[in-house]
Amino acid sequence: MSVEKSETLAIHSEQDVISVRQAVKAWAIQLSFSLVDQTKIVTAASELGRNAFKFGGGGSVKLEIVSEGIRKGLRITFEDHGPGIPDIEQAMQDGFTTGNGMGLGLSGVKRLVNDFKIVSRVNEGTTITITRWK
Amino acid sequence: MERIPILRMGDILLVTIQVDMYDRLAMTLQDDLTTRIAENGARGVLIDISSLDVVDSFMGRILSNISLMASVLDAATVVVGMQPAVAITLVELGLSLQGVKTALNVGRGMTLLRAMIESRTEETEDVGREE
Repeated sequence: MSVEKSETLAIHSEQDVISVRQAVKAWAIQLSFSLVDQTKIVTAASELGRNAFKFGGGGSVKLEIVSEGIRKGLRITFEDHGPGIPDIEQAMQDGFTTGNGMGLGLSGVKRLVNDFKIVSRVNEGTTITITRWK
Repeated sequence: MERIPILRMGDILLVTIQVDMYDRLAMTLQDDLTTRIAENGARGVLIDISSLDVVDSFMGRILSNISLMASVLDAATVVVGMQPAVAITLVELGLSLQGVKTALNVGRGMTLLRAMIESRTEETEDVGREE
């Protein structure tokens, strides 16, 4: 897999989450994603961006246009240095939300993308990578 | 502070969301709407989301909350104009928009809202007669 273009944005406020959404939308349009695919990847980015801000205490997001053979895709990596997720299996269950009910289970986000990878260490942080192929 | 305008048309409140929603703006709308329902004695709320190209779990929850809060204050809510791509995404995300009534466009939404208000009024009258 090769990376054609890459950009990193910070997530330190709600406004940053909006900026991430807009950047993802622009990149998805650039890749000529269908309207439904644009909406899915932007919504997924909105969920993960909010999680990184609210639960991870802020962090960063890396947008990449990747290619593998003849296919191209948009890969987005969210990284925070928050408390981490102790039980990833539980967090991936449908309907799992954190105490205040403002975070959605990651399972929903996983359904919106083609590839989903999560690495989390308690007290170190969480990195989630999603890819949507054209 | 940025706010989403709420228009009053008789006993109905109209909201057209035309900006990118961030969490605090959505919370403010929720507070403003519930306050206005009580102040104006509104019977119905129509929320037009046709300009929104993203409705994520937070925004979905705000729409649910507004409907429930309005209902407790004896007002009906209809959400109109959801883009098809947003509807597909919401379902895949697993969001049910619990308690939210929807209509395809403003015209149909108004008809539905009127019917909902009427049936609420009838129920109230029925209770009155029984007593």
